[in-house]
Amino acid sequence: MAGVNMTAALRDGVIGAVVAAALALPMLGFRLVDSSQALTLSTRFDWVAWAALAVGLGRFALALLRDTLPGRLPALPDWGARFPKMRLYVGWGMAGFAFVLPFLPIADRALVDKATMVLIYVMLGWGLNIVVGLAGLLDLGFVAFYAVGAYSYALLATKLDLSFWVSLPLAGVFAAGFGIMLGFPVLRLRGDYLAIVTLGFGEIIRVILQNWQDFTNGPAGIGAIPRPSLFGLVFTANAPEGKTTFADYFGLDFSGNHRVIFLYFIILVLALLTNLFTLRIRRLPIGRAWEALREDEIACRSLGLNPTTIKLSAFATGAMFAGFAGSFFATRQGFISPESFTFIESAVILAIVVLGGMGSQIGVVLAALLLVGLPEWFRELQQYRMLAFGGAMVLIMLWKPSGLLAHRSPTIRLNQEAG
Amino acid sequence: MMRSKLLEVEHVTMRFGGLFAVNDLSFSAANRSITAIIGPNGAGKTTLFNCITGFYKPQIGRLTLHHDDGPVLLERLDDYDIAKKARVGRTFQNIRLFARMSVLENLIVAQHNTLMRASALSLAGLLGLARYGKAEKLAVDKARYWLNKVDLLDHADADAGSLPYGSQRRLEIARAMCTDPLLLCLDEPAAGLNPRESLELNTLLTGIRDEHGIGLLLIEHDMSVVMGISDWVVVLDYGRKIAEGTPVEIRNDPAVIRAYLGEADDEDEDR
Repeated sequence: MAGVNMTAALRDGVIGAVVAAALALPMLGFRLVDSSQALTLSTRFDWVAWAALAVGLGRFALALLRDTLPGRLPALPDWGARFPKMRLYVGWGMAGFAFVLPFLPIADRALVDKATMVLIYVMLGWGLNIVVGLAGLLDLGFVAFYAVGAYSYALLATKLDLSFWVSLPLAGVFAAGFGIMLGFPVLRLRGDYLAIVTLGFGEIIRVILQNWQDFTNGPAGIGAIPRPSLFGLVFTANAPEGKTTFADYFGLDFSGNHRVIFLYFIILVLALLTNLFTLRIRRLPIGRAWEALREDEIACRSLGLNPTTIKLSAFATGAMFAGFAGSFFATRQGFISPESFTFIESAVILAIVVLGGMGSQIGVVLAALLLVGLPEWFRELQQYRMLAFGGAMVLIMLWKPSGLLAHRSPTIRLNQEAG
Repeated sequence: MMRSKLLEVEHVTMRFGGLFAVNDLSFSAANRSITAIIGPNGAGKTTLFNCITGFYKPQIGRLTLHHDDGPVLLERLDDYDIAKKARVGRTFQNIRLFARMSVLENLIVAQHNTLMRASALSLAGLLGLARYGKAEKLAVDKARYWLNKVDLLDHADADAGSLPYGSQRRLEIARAMCTDPLLLCLDEPAAGLNPRESLELNTLLTGIRDEHGIGLLLIEHDMSVVMGISDWVVVLDYGRKIAEGTPVEIRNDPAVIRAYLGEADDEDEDR
């Protein structure tokens, strides 16, 4: 028995080593060296040998251990299903922690800054969750609405001199308008086809921002975007004409941290509003219609639900929250350019939703912490950061293929005592 | 019991390329009665259903649903408007439930249009106004009534997709009934049911006919259902109507026997 296994394992190891050697030869074995005069070819056959050896031994060990290792990673228990109330407590606990975070002794400026960044993605994730998680419309161009929100505020503030609090709802409205604009042409599409068109839409918006020099200032971006005020109190060291600073009003010493904390609270409140809205709308006819559309569009039609309005409302609502997040991003950075709105942003937001477990609100928070928070902390790893990112995604997909928290509880119950 | 014409199908033709799936078909279905459409596989039964419920638009012909306040021309409405305005409900041959939503939610979604009106497009609900709460309570009451009818009250909070096959069939009928249809179209409701479930289905369907006074149109292969509960039977073969009549008439119709049992019957008759 063991002998047979040994032969098979050896063969597996040798095949692995040969394949690795064949792959490594062009990739590791040859190297162009740019000496002062010309390009010369240097060889590193020892690297090829090491790579082949490592892969061969690895395959060999894996083949030997195959019988003792479990076939796949054990699935985690579905905590959401086991403790239905836990979700609620965890949610409140997290929200409470988020509110006191800036005042904890561990919180320095860098931490609050990172937390702000994570919250932006939490909000974007919650927005996209409406489109992808609830309505089941795979959107790869979500960053477009984020960009529309950011540019709306930047342009309204710099050209029309509107304040953040006036521009915020306007930016949401503009983004929702763009959501409907995207919605119309893709009404008939689903799944992969929808994903491709939305991806294209995201790129179109970015390319327009980049090339419409007169309006958006092109690749140079828009700078000097005004900061938000708290009921007219500004967060600067010296008050401009006719204004009072936050520090003076409350008799505090001026500190740059005030503004950082203030921005943190704005995004926290915006994100929580998004969450409350989603939790509420799931229990309303339109929210249930979104979920029904995700499950079966033809059945929806047979019940008299108009898929056009349902899809457009999902696109518009999701886009609106992205628009809010975008204006916040613009006011926080003070400078925006098309570079901030590339496809990778859409991919990260979608990854947050998928990893969190489609439709799960707390899952989005966990995934955002994992995908945005951790890489921020691991910046020291430099280029290996993305490797860790990819590795984490592969692990989660092996471990919890339907996302971190995939449990869905009904929005209405007949037998109250059961829930 | 007053029976008037409910659905009128006139010269309907549905062609896919060169294939006439439904060819110049005319018949009518009466109010407060069960009309069965039968025929061999590929006879065009489901295509006819899709024309009636708006999923296909027939190239030729007219489909009229007679409401109390006048006729509604089905071929001019979109599929969702046929459910909403003309009030035609339907089920599917391959069950189409909202699998990852609960049984109750399936029935609440079916009352979407009523709830949307009551909640002013969900805005009243978003603001937590009482009028939405009231409307939702009525919707739950109606759902409870139908859950009781189809014997699924105990499973109301389970995922629809987790129900056994027979229960899913019954749930789909309950869901269609929650839209308050005047005509209910059932595409093979007895497929995959065991004899006992089949019998329960008969009771359910005759109950719907007698208590709710609506018309039922049903495609079915299970002859115990067709012959047991139908008031009128229409037989299709290759997209054409080859016979119609009461179950007893159909059972003895030579054209029907020929269509079902093949040409060998001709020799028997010739002898």
